[in-house]
Amino acid sequence: MRNDAGGAPPRLELRGITKRFPGVVANDAVGFSVGPGEIHALLGENGAGKSTLVKIIYGVLHADEGEVLWNGQAVSLANPHEARRLGIGMVFQHFSLFDGMTVLENIALGLEGKPDMRSLSGRIVEVSKAYGLPLDPRREIHTLSVGERQRVEIVRCLLQDPKLLIMDEPTSVLTPQEVERLFGTLRMLSAEGCSILYISHKLQEIKDLCDHATILRGGKVVGECDPKVESTRGMAQLMIGAELKTLSRRGARPKAATRFSVEALDLASDEPFGTSLKRVGFEVGAGEIFGIAGVAGNGQNELMRALSGELTVATASSIRLDGKPVGNLGVEPRRALGLCCVPEERNGHAAVPDMSLASNALISARNRMKLAAKGWISRDATRAFAERIIQEFGVKARGPESAARSLSGGNLQKYIVGREILQTPEVLVIAQPTWGVDAGAAAAIHQALFNLAQNGAAIVVVSQDLDELLTLCDRLAVLNVGTLSKAIATADASLEEIGLLMGGLHGMTPEVPAVHGELGQGSGQHVA
Amino acid sequence: MSLKFEPRREIPAWLVYGTPLLAVALTILSGYFLFMILGLNPGATLYIFLVSPLETQFGLAELAVKAGPLILIATGLAIGFRANVWNIGAEGQLTMGAIFGAGIALAFWGEEGFWILPLMFVAGALGGMMWAAIPAFLKTRFEVSEILTSLMLTYVATLVLSILVHGPWRDPEGFNFPQSRLFTEAAILPVILEGTRLHAGAFVSLFAAVAAWVLLTHTVTGFQVKVVGQAPMAARFAGFSQKGTVWFSLLLAGALAGLAGMIEVAGPIGQLTPQLTPGYGFTAIIVAFLGRLNPLGIILAGLVMAISYIGGENAQVYAQLPQAATGVFQGMLLFYLLASDFLVRYRVRFQSTKARDAKPRPEVAAA
Repeated sequence: MRNDAGGAPPRLELRGITKRFPGVVANDAVGFSVGPGEIHALLGENGAGKSTLVKIIYGVLHADEGEVLWNGQAVSLANPHEARRLGIGMVFQHFSLFDGMTVLENIALGLEGKPDMRSLSGRIVEVSKAYGLPLDPRREIHTLSVGERQRVEIVRCLLQDPKLLIMDEPTSVLTPQEVERLFGTLRMLSAEGCSILYISHKLQEIKDLCDHATILRGGKVVGECDPKVESTRGMAQLMIGAELKTLSRRGARPKAATRFSVEALDLASDEPFGTSLKRVGFEVGAGEIFGIAGVAGNGQNELMRALSGELTVATASSIRLDGKPVGNLGVEPRRALGLCCVPEERNGHAAVPDMSLASNALISARNRMKLAAKGWISRDATRAFAERIIQEFGVKARGPESAARSLSGGNLQKYIVGREILQTPEVLVIAQPTWGVDAGAAAAIHQALFNLAQNGAAIVVVSQDLDELLTLCDRLAVLNVGTLSKAIATADASLEEIGLLMGGLHGMTPEVPAVHGELGQGSGQHVA
Repeated sequence: MSLKFEPRREIPAWLVYGTPLLAVALTILSGYFLFMILGLNPGATLYIFLVSPLETQFGLAELAVKAGPLILIATGLAIGFRANVWNIGAEGQLTMGAIFGAGIALAFWGEEGFWILPLMFVAGALGGMMWAAIPAFLKTRFEVSEILTSLMLTYVATLVLSILVHGPWRDPEGFNFPQSRLFTEAAILPVILEGTRLHAGAFVSLFAAVAAWVLLTHTVTGFQVKVVGQAPMAARFAGFSQKGTVWFSLLLAGALAGLAGMIEVAGPIGQLTPQLTPGYGFTAIIVAFLGRLNPLGIILAGLVMAISYIGGENAQVYAQLPQAATGVFQGMLLFYLLASDFLVRYRVRFQSTKARDAKPRPEVAAA
């Protein structure tokens, strides 16, 4: 569907776009063009500058240098309103929907002017039918699954009859089946002449969907290719800029003793729109890596808090560590027994952004690593431990006194994972180990987890990233609406099977709330 | 052109410690113009206000007498503020401490005994803690804002004091004046420097501030306070109790404010009166922030604020300045401090009005 032969000007062309932020050049003389009806991939690691670039195209940010051409005409995109007027639509990675309002109300809020609700409702049904995106305008957002919420965002864009649709990491929260369905819609749009700028770091998807790919690294365009022809490995190397390191996987292991077990764990969520856990149970043996898959908002947060001890459960025996009931113990007593955790959110949960790396070592390691005997902090021991994490995990930081906030996401994650692993835990529970982390850091973290398991620890990985779970885990189970499926060995598991367990059947999981669905357009922080 | 504020990525240390100095300088400058408008000789008035308190031994001793309670209270408050516990009611805790201390002094009126003063110290601290425990309980049990409860309890404490000095504790030989008997010698803090009012309280304050500094920088408890204040989720992850921290910081602040109140009645005042302080409990909030919530900084800030009290009194006497001038001076100081604080955290950028409608989101810089 690429349409560059006709001599018509490209729908969108960027020339020499440069955007600087204090301390970093996010985009450095970026240029490429998207033809009418073309599905164009913008490929790059986290931090490569993709999100900044599309925010410039959508008028949210302003380029310091360079120009944007729309159908051959130079345009100035002062704000998203003007971008929409030109026919540019964008579906953000994080949705901007109000949980307590209906689909219709949410869409009406996003449109210019004051639409007539009755005819709008009709148009929503019409558009959603035409593009295979079934939606009931009267449903309230909090009753929708993440995939359905994304449909709301897409329909909102489609109602404005876009000529260019920007999709920012649209599949990161979707099940495989939902992804297929989305691709169908996008292909249909493309056939009608709507250009699509598709942002992702998932290579297989880009091969399946896109006509052309522009690869960004460190804010610069480092290559263009036809993803249908180029190998995934080739694209990955362009994206990462180095030879891919192959993980040294472990060999087959004999069946080992159970180190960590959860049995009939019930937990009522204490948050509005939270998900309560219902009779969750699993066992992890020594040296085993156990995965918990599932779309966000299916009880992952609650499970993490229950496992870490941030929430205690009344029945002590529902969580056992080496046979010892620990369900009623708090965070520190569990840590003393050898249960360490890495929460999903780095900033403000696993680490205090404004504190130094050394101080952040005290957060979880003060007792196990004897950094503070009898309540007195040993500065030397703390610094030395922070230094050791920095060294052994290759954290790029000026030193133990650097503030945690001054590190990039990947480096901070390495530091946090290193902090827990160097405590030689008996059991490690880790959520989204490589979320928003560059490929180099991700590989290092995966290797560290393998090594920890090799030494006999039991590891629980809670992740939305199926590829990651399939790489890491010996067995996995799926968390869906607070219930955990039976465990399956990853060697036997197929993507389809897991996808179905994740509730990929449309409309099957009406109660799934999105934890990540933040309000406010283009909600910051997470950079694709 | 329009103004735009961008958060700074890294805040240079000189800026953090330089802003209080800037605030003081701007306050003096504004004072200069204020006095000029009032038709006074601005230079001479500023001299009376700021320098005259430092010229005599008596003045310096007075400085310590005034700075003592401010430093003591501000130290306790700063630890709470670090933990995001906004105790605004130090004045009430001070009053309760004074009442409890005075209770001991009056109960053993006329008696000898080295143990009376230490007992008053304990009672004063307990009184302040008891008063601070009420907001702590309401906050941890019902999530009631401690800002409101602690502030409102200040007025309750003042009324309790009023009842006592008008009623049961009124001096029987006091010609019906609403005040207690003068404490006897065993219940009075000894004067350290002959010819001045300097008493042991100043050293209590100094010791408390240094101890608080050690607590904040060298102990897990201090670390806990900071983590709870900066990142509540991380505090949970660290295994620090949020409620425990609320209790700790309120009780500590209450104890120190209570001590300050007890020291006031056992020191310079020597009896219980309806007007115990010139608002030390509130001024201490300014002192805590002027000192950057750092106990060592608070020592300096307390001295600066004490100068403004004494200078204000001198200015009333020698330059016929109204008493309100002291309040204006202190108010300006807090105003400039908060304003320059904002500039520490944000940098000012000018940008063309064309891009005005866009949402500036500098924090989404590619990390």
